[in-house]
Amino acid sequence: MREPTSPTPVDIHSDAFLARMMRDQLKLSIACALCFVVALVALPLLNYFQPAFMAQRIFGFTLTWLILGVLFFPFVWVISYVFIKRSIALENAEAQAAQDGQTK
Amino acid sequence: MNTLLLATEATKGIDPWIAICSLATVAITVGMGFWTAGKSKSAGDFFVAGRSVSVGWNASAISGEYLSAASFMGVAGMVMATGYDALWYPVCYACGYLFLLLFIAGPLRRFGAYTIPDFAEGRYDSPMFRKIAVCFVLFIGFFYTMPQMKGAGTTLAYIFPGLPYWAGVVVVGAVITLNVSLGGMKGITLVQAFQYWLKVFAITVPIFVLASLVGHYQQHLAANKTSQETVAAAPAGIERKALPAKAPKDEAWIAPFGKLTTKALDASIVAAKTPEAKAELEANKKPYSLLYTYSLIIALVCGTAGLPHILVRFYTNPDGVAAKRTTMWVMILIGVFYVFPPVYGVIGRSLTPELYDAVGAKGTDKVVLELPTLLAGRDHPLLGSILSGITCAGAFAAFMSTFSGLLVSMSSALAHDIYGRMLKPGASPEQRLKAFKWSALIVGLVAVGLGSQVEALEINFMVGQAFAIAAASYFPLLFMSVWWRGMTMRGAATGMLVGGLSALASITLTSISDVAVAKAKKIADAAELSAYWADHPLAKTIADYWVAHPLARILCEQPAIWAVPLSIILMIVVSKATEATVPADVRMKMLVLHAPEALGLKQEYIKEHEGLGGH
Repeated sequence: MREPTSPTPVDIHSDAFLARMMRDQLKLSIACALCFVVALVALPLLNYFQPAFMAQRIFGFTLTWLILGVLFFPFVWVISYVFIKRSIALENAEAQAAQDGQTK
Repeated sequence: MNTLLLATEATKGIDPWIAICSLATVAITVGMGFWTAGKSKSAGDFFVAGRSVSVGWNASAISGEYLSAASFMGVAGMVMATGYDALWYPVCYACGYLFLLLFIAGPLRRFGAYTIPDFAEGRYDSPMFRKIAVCFVLFIGFFYTMPQMKGAGTTLAYIFPGLPYWAGVVVVGAVITLNVSLGGMKGITLVQAFQYWLKVFAITVPIFVLASLVGHYQQHLAANKTSQETVAAAPAGIERKALPAKAPKDEAWIAPFGKLTTKALDASIVAAKTPEAKAELEANKKPYSLLYTYSLIIALVCGTAGLPHILVRFYTNPDGVAAKRTTMWVMILIGVFYVFPPVYGVIGRSLTPELYDAVGAKGTDKVVLELPTLLAGRDHPLLGSILSGITCAGAFAAFMSTFSGLLVSMSSALAHDIYGRMLKPGASPEQRLKAFKWSALIVGLVAVGLGSQVEALEINFMVGQAFAIAAASYFPLLFMSVWWRGMTMRGAATGMLVGGLSALASITLTSISDVAVAKAKKIADAAELSAYWADHPLAKTIADYWVAHPLARILCEQPAIWAVPLSIILMIVVSKATEATVPADVRMKMLVLHAPEALGLKQEYIKEHEGLGGH
């Protein structure tokens, strides 16, 4: 299966390495989560304060129905696609950095 | 004689196509179960499918498992019954996976456990914590099982009009229990993947055919006038039957903050004595609805990320990157599906409004099954039969696949966590395998027993409750355990227990009074009614309290908005207070959770030498 990397290098066991790695990944996760949460919080607020605007017809749907019933899904797909891309790139960079540290 | 009567009674008025499609779904499910039985050998196969499920298969299987009776029938029924607000259900069911993806999926897989209780024990080195976690797996599992069973009973009673409700519960329970004990996780992975595609087929094909004949989604939606419009802008050629008095009005149905979110306040307004009190309550309607909406969103989004039977599936991925990729594909697969159930609800409102008059199994919950049969009366008898056959097959696939997933996760909890870890730690792999099969049988029996008791409750509502409990217990546990080094066992346990149990308690309170009120509504005679309430003093007290305090009622019906923060705050406070008990090797644990596999830090939590390793 996977090649074991032996022996475990010292630097990846340092607190600094772990802290940086967790911080980078958490930052990415939170940034993506924020996009999502803002939309989730905003839609009920718009419905609340701008009911007439949200009730206007677009292709027979009301605006708010179109957003929630149809457009929300692709919006979330885009967030998850961006997250996967970045997160895998981040992991590769970490692995690379750690292995470079090992050979020096 | 009796059974013969039942049988002849049952065969009356059955559409052969519906019967054939449903039976074929069951037959294929059982057949695949036997076929995979030969392939599942080791305990690893049974518990985590050998940890070798590819992204495509796993994404299909997770989606197949996730799209339950609530998704297939409940969402359409709820959109039809309550309108816009019900759209939050499909949206949050699908989008909740984003939280799972962003914060939990990858790290959880890397930790390399078999079950969530494994993770709980491994992360905090505490066997005690495993016990608590196991209880919650079973709790949430059974809460989620009941609506699936209701779906089974409802559908079978629909297909075979003479059959009692419990017959469907027993049949589906028996079939799935057999399947799970034959093939375990590996067996059901295949079945669930197949069932996903069957469900997508079953929800899309009939609605496309139907829409091309009776008018499209947006055309039927346009037939409902908003409060901004003076007349309904129904396009030419769109047919609409008159709505019965029980149906919500167009303006309320199509707009946010409708019947679903104002139920509690509506009851109080009806009971209010003075016009001033009524007016005051009316003014509160919208803010309370907003609160209800947010609480529902939190419950569904965080709950998705905390459902044990879904989480356990991520352990079947080969590694953390595959776990993340799987999650993304799951979101796409289920998102595509979830666009369609509301279409049934919208078209059903125009064409089958008579469903508003019936309750429970005969009401709006069956709109998905009912709608295709309309074509029979429109010069397409054969097409109508075939299409309703297809939707019935999809419904069968829906509750069978979800129930099989629940059964695996609960059987794993019993066989792996209780038997293999607590009762008999030295058990051989063969004994564990046997324990798994026995556990499946026990859980199956209990599920059938519980399922036959819940005919009166609404499918989607019950599922919402399971989500709320998961949101207040497992989601905070996983989220905090994965990202905060300072968590201690006591902090985690306190937060999870208090959050989960208080959500459970408040939901139980609302259910007790709801069931009693639903029964009381059926009693016409005044004297009988007061006698009924005298017999149920607790339910009466609670029901009266809800009428007097609608806000409390909303917070108890949808507890996520306070229970989730409560759980997280408790975790932080108690962990700070017990800082000395942070596990000594927490850095290593965190590294295993977060470091890419390429670094070679991966250590399977259960080692090869225990004879359970999947590799």
